[in-house]
Amino acid sequence: MSDTAPQPTTAAANPPVQPIAPGFDARDVVRISATSNVPQPERQLTKLAKLIDVSKCIGCKACQSACIEWNDTMPAVEENVGVYENPHDLTPDMFTLMRFAEWENPATNELEWLIRKDGCMHCEDPGCLKACPAPGAIVQYSNGIVDFIHENCIGCGYCIKGCPFDIPRISRVDHTAYKCTLCSDRVAVGQGPACAKACPTEAIVFGTKEDMVAHAETRIEDLKSRGYENAGIYDPEGVGGTHVIYVLHHADKPSIYNDLPDNPRISPIVEGWKGVTKTAGLAVMGLAAIGATLHGLFARANQVEPEDEVEAERLVETEAPQPQPREDV
Amino acid sequence: MTNSWTDIKNTDLVVVMGGNAAEAHPCGFKWVTEAKAARGAKLIVVDPRYTRTASVSDYYAPIRPGSDIAFLMGVIRWCIENDKVQWDYVRHFTNAAFLVKDEFGWADGLFTGYDEERRDYDKDSWDYKIGEDGFAEIDPTLQDPRCVWNLLKAHVDPYTPEFVENVCGTPKDRFLTICEMIGECSTPTKTMTSMYALGWTQHSKGAQNIRGMAMLQLILGNIGVRGGGMNALRGHSNIQGLTDIGLMSNLIPGYLNIPTESEPDWQSYMSSRRFAPLRPGQTSYWQNYEKFMVSFMKAMWGDAATAQNDWAYHYLPKLDVPAYDGMRMFELMNHGQVNLYFCQGFNPLLAFPDRAKLTEAFSKLKMLVVMDPLKTETSHFWQNHGIYNDVDPASIQTEVLELPTTCFAEDEGALVNSGRWLQWHWPGATPPGEAKHDTWIMAQIWTRVRQLYQDEGGVFPDPILNLSWDYADPGDPKAEELAREMNGRALETVRDPDDPTRVIAEPGQQLSGFGELRDDGSTMAGCWIYTGSWTEDGNMMARRDNNDPDDTGAYLNWAFSWPANRRILYNRASADLQGRPWDPSRKLLEWNGERWEGYDVPDIPPTSRPEDVGPFIMNPEGSSRLFSRGMMRDGPFPAHMEPFESPMANVFNPKMRGNPVARVFAADAERFATSEEFPLVATSYRLTEHFHYWTKHNPVNAALQPEFFVEISEELAAEKGIAKGGRVRIWGKRGQVWAKAVVTKRIRPLTCDGKTVHVVGIPLHWGFMGSARKGWGPNSLTPFVGDANVETPEFKAFLVNIEPASEEPVA
Amino acid sequence: MNIDLSRRGFLRLAGAGVAATSLGAMGFGEAEAAEAAHVRAFKLATTTETRNTCPYCSVACGVIMYSRGDVKAGETAELIHIEGDVDHPTNRGTLCPKGAALKDFVKAPLRLTQPRHRAAGASDFQPITWDEALDKIARALKDDRDANMVQVNENGVPVNRWTTTGFLAASATTNETAWLTYKTVRSMGIVGFDNQARV
Repeated sequence: MSDTAPQPTTAAANPPVQPIAPGFDARDVVRISATSNVPQPERQLTKLAKLIDVSKCIGCKACQSACIEWNDTMPAVEENVGVYENPHDLTPDMFTLMRFAEWENPATNELEWLIRKDGCMHCEDPGCLKACPAPGAIVQYSNGIVDFIHENCIGCGYCIKGCPFDIPRISRVDHTAYKCTLCSDRVAVGQGPACAKACPTEAIVFGTKEDMVAHAETRIEDLKSRGYENAGIYDPEGVGGTHVIYVLHHADKPSIYNDLPDNPRISPIVEGWKGVTKTAGLAVMGLAAIGATLHGLFARANQVEPEDEVEAERLVETEAPQPQPREDV
Repeated sequence: MTNSWTDIKNTDLVVVMGGNAAEAHPCGFKWVTEAKAARGAKLIVVDPRYTRTASVSDYYAPIRPGSDIAFLMGVIRWCIENDKVQWDYVRHFTNAAFLVKDEFGWADGLFTGYDEERRDYDKDSWDYKIGEDGFAEIDPTLQDPRCVWNLLKAHVDPYTPEFVENVCGTPKDRFLTICEMIGECSTPTKTMTSMYALGWTQHSKGAQNIRGMAMLQLILGNIGVRGGGMNALRGHSNIQGLTDIGLMSNLIPGYLNIPTESEPDWQSYMSSRRFAPLRPGQTSYWQNYEKFMVSFMKAMWGDAATAQNDWAYHYLPKLDVPAYDGMRMFELMNHGQVNLYFCQGFNPLLAFPDRAKLTEAFSKLKMLVVMDPLKTETSHFWQNHGIYNDVDPASIQTEVLELPTTCFAEDEGALVNSGRWLQWHWPGATPPGEAKHDTWIMAQIWTRVRQLYQDEGGVFPDPILNLSWDYADPGDPKAEELAREMNGRALETVRDPDDPTRVIAEPGQQLSGFGELRDDGSTMAGCWIYTGSWTEDGNMMARRDNNDPDDTGAYLNWAFSWPANRRILYNRASADLQGRPWDPSRKLLEWNGERWEGYDVPDIPPTSRPEDVGPFIMNPEGSSRLFSRGMMRDGPFPAHMEPFESPMANVFNPKMRGNPVARVFAADAERFATSEEFPLVATSYRLTEHFHYWTKHNPVNAALQPEFFVEISEELAAEKGIAKGGRVRIWGKRGQVWAKAVVTKRIRPLTCDGKTVHVVGIPLHWGFMGSARKGWGPNSLTPFVGDANVETPEFKAFLVNIEPASEEPVA
Repeated sequence: MNIDLSRRGFLRLAGAGVAATSLGAMGFGEAEAAEAAHVRAFKLATTTETRNTCPYCSVACGVIMYSRGDVKAGETAELIHIEGDVDHPTNRGTLCPKGAALKDFVKAPLRLTQPRHRAAGASDFQPITWDEALDKIARALKDDRDANMVQVNENGVPVNRWTTTGFLAASATTNETAWLTYKTVRSMGIVGFDNQARV
């Protein structure tokens, strides 16, 4: 009799435990916040995407749980306020959140419980990166991942204002911005994001964007066969498409899914900014965090010239009526 | 489960009723989404609440808690009326043709033989007519008015769609749509699967709920086939294993029975367990009972169990009541008749009904021993936690020992999943502090007790002193030693009965299947259904080959599935009378002219000719039972019964309360509520963010669902002035709790018996220990009564009231 | 589905330039490489894997535990992460919100780490050694059994049952624990025996 039972074997598709080189790195960065003339990489990585099929989602929050465990965050134990969302919103310790909507379909008079996993969409044209005044705090890789580099972040919160989806959150602990990284550390070793790995019904899947779109088409076909005539993909053009895409049973009405923007786009103000102008621009608009943070920023950057402020005022007055409240678009 | 999780992908229609698979078993529910996406399967959910399972369903209907039998009998009635019956299956594979005694009948909600005084039936009339040849009489034409089929037709006749609407509150049009969807599965090429859990078991007639669906599945020909079956989604990771191994008052491993007082010796015990076939040529596999029983006695007492001493039969306790189940023990405890109580990884203070009674009972113990990885409410029952556990420690004289155990991450062994797979696991972490394996703790306790008997003598020490205990380290048996003991081995040379020159196993060798067990003492096996799990070839439970030829979902080389590595029970019924698969695209087994072959281990002797031997080999009939004879205490057919606490009277018999044969202790009968006092129907359930009372200890899960709440409709909230997220008080006949209110469109008022019935949903994950906010379990409110057959508490239908609570309760 | 998609995706990604060389071969230490890559170092590198089964519901999802230290090698092992086992036919690597957070169940703040004793009427637990606790239990069992064992019923039939001590068995312990518990409880004649099958 042996001392222990026979040992298991581990398949190659489980995460590697031997050190391996990351599949992408700084050489693959295509955009850097507050930095112009980023040298374009020699190689183009295949575009990736995470697909969230809302019609298969059971709202179990495994994605939240896996996200917490992988990223070593620990959201606070809050209270129940009469809803299923917990935490109540995205936080610096909760990068993704199931949002629940009870919707009575006027066409069928049937109740539908629309449950959407909220989190960073990894926009092809990332508003957070464009709004960010801190050089190198936000980068975009050629595979589509938009990632925050915390040591470069100044905690000003402009990324939140720049985001059409209201995603980043500032930590009160280290005063830097946090959001979903698309598990860049996992993707770099050939694994999908933790949320996709966990998702019990495989409502979240991950792969090349091409494959994900093809997969979405089969799902849409199935949904149409079940009477969801308006089933479709959510991959909004206004932000150049996203690397997190949804299958929606009612793609004609994204906003019924807890205010998913119908036509998200970056605020024209943010679009119009050039260089440090945006810092002043946000200050002029009164959108930015004020006080010590902003003061610190100006002191540190020490680059805002009077003409920048003038330019910013001009932009605000002439080009942008207001930042887009999500509900209105 | 008759089938396995992975087999669900083969279905065409999933009915989730009496459960909430997406929330309670999310990764198993994956196979529902797989069937939907890949096969175009449909999902029906019938539940008092629009659950997260309902959120991905194709069709949903509400139902009043505790009225499931009426719904199911209504579906059966509709199927018969509309000829949605798989006739070949019903004629050949069920007992539809069997003739029932003329005395049997049903009237006023009761079957023949009811004795109100004893709250029990005389079941003599609930049986077949036996012919002169000793076999049951049948009428294959189904014309005889006393055949089961015609009795069933008469039995379900009252359950019209209007009756269902009135009793269940399910709108008639929704009920009929579901009947039509289900009826489509009566063809041999469409199958339906039933996925249920405690939503069906936790009623005073829970076993009859399940029989109702099992009968429907037989009528549709959906038992034994891929994508079909009755799939009980067990709640805990190894509750299947603990039941298999018989850790219940009246069980011996492998579903054998502890004797009763009326069976004082081996002969009287075995006389009712010969299981002669009821039809010619049938297998009636329980005829082998004695082989399993003797092998068990040899596993327990080795050389001290001999043919001469009836295999040490006198060592076994003899019961004077059906069972000393958990609820009976708490009743006895509350009467001061229990001194010492052990809780091994079990938190009964929150898990059994009527918490006030439980606290009182625990306070009367001399000693409570809790073995657990966590600090539980039970081990702290005596500690004051303000309103959450309002007790006076000084007045509680119970001594408590709290012993730290390891958890899964630190131990080794097998767990049995819902699909009967025994899967071995390995330790990957060091136990914290002084935590010890349960095996070490049990061995330490037992060897110390044995030592005391050796040193001091005492009352009837024989079964203790003679218990076989030949482990390398008697104080710390290893998982492998115990697993090998359950599998069983030859004690003497085991020979082939048909060819005595052929040796099957030499003494000391592990046996490879329960067909090798003998009733002459030459074999031992702790749990006969596990024989084959650890053979001479090694640990079959540790196998990890995930190949699945032709993607049937069988995975025959992954772990071990009891019995005999079979993945789908009754799988011979997947083929017609001639042995051809009902659905060639979903072939499971096929008769090749000489033997059965296919993707699974045949659930029939492999050379039994299809026309000769029926598929249901465990039954003496060889067929399945639409009429269950005297097997169940509360009737051979399921009949509608109200919960003990109900908003309406039983429409068949207004005087009848609850299940007429359920056990009710005198003091508890006084504590049942009426709908005049408590008009709201409450039901308890799990949420997907938590597991039972464990994950409130996990800060991650505590963050995902932090605080005790109840769910009510917008209409009830408006009526009572309750705001979303507001604090409410819920009280019933036995206690009160405070919770946050989730006001939702997912619960709607029902109309039953002309009255509006409101449902209050009460999740069960909070207590006064752990990382989540302090709260209560529903067991502060639930009645102390269980199912008439198996004593599962009625947690799913009881009465309460609710009101806004303006102030935070003082902790 | 997930496996197929992701595996295919990974292959393409590899084709797009994943070098299969180790960090060491590139001349980087782990931390430096991560800094250069902007992405966090892969935290499972150099951990020990152990195959296990989720202890919650009866789906019995396969999990892989990642530890620092190897129990098999007799080392102290600290669990750092748990993830679904992609090879498992039932869960195929997925886990629910409970299973995905298993590591923090193993490391729950209220894990018990030492035997404790609460005396009659006492307001709190006190530590007790294993030996003291086990001897106390054995003594209590023997005394209660000797005092209350029913050897024959009123008709003189041998019944050998003991009803004044009861045992509630668990729902998540192994078969092997269950069998040892069965032997222990039954050999003493305890009939107040139950498990968590119903609740």
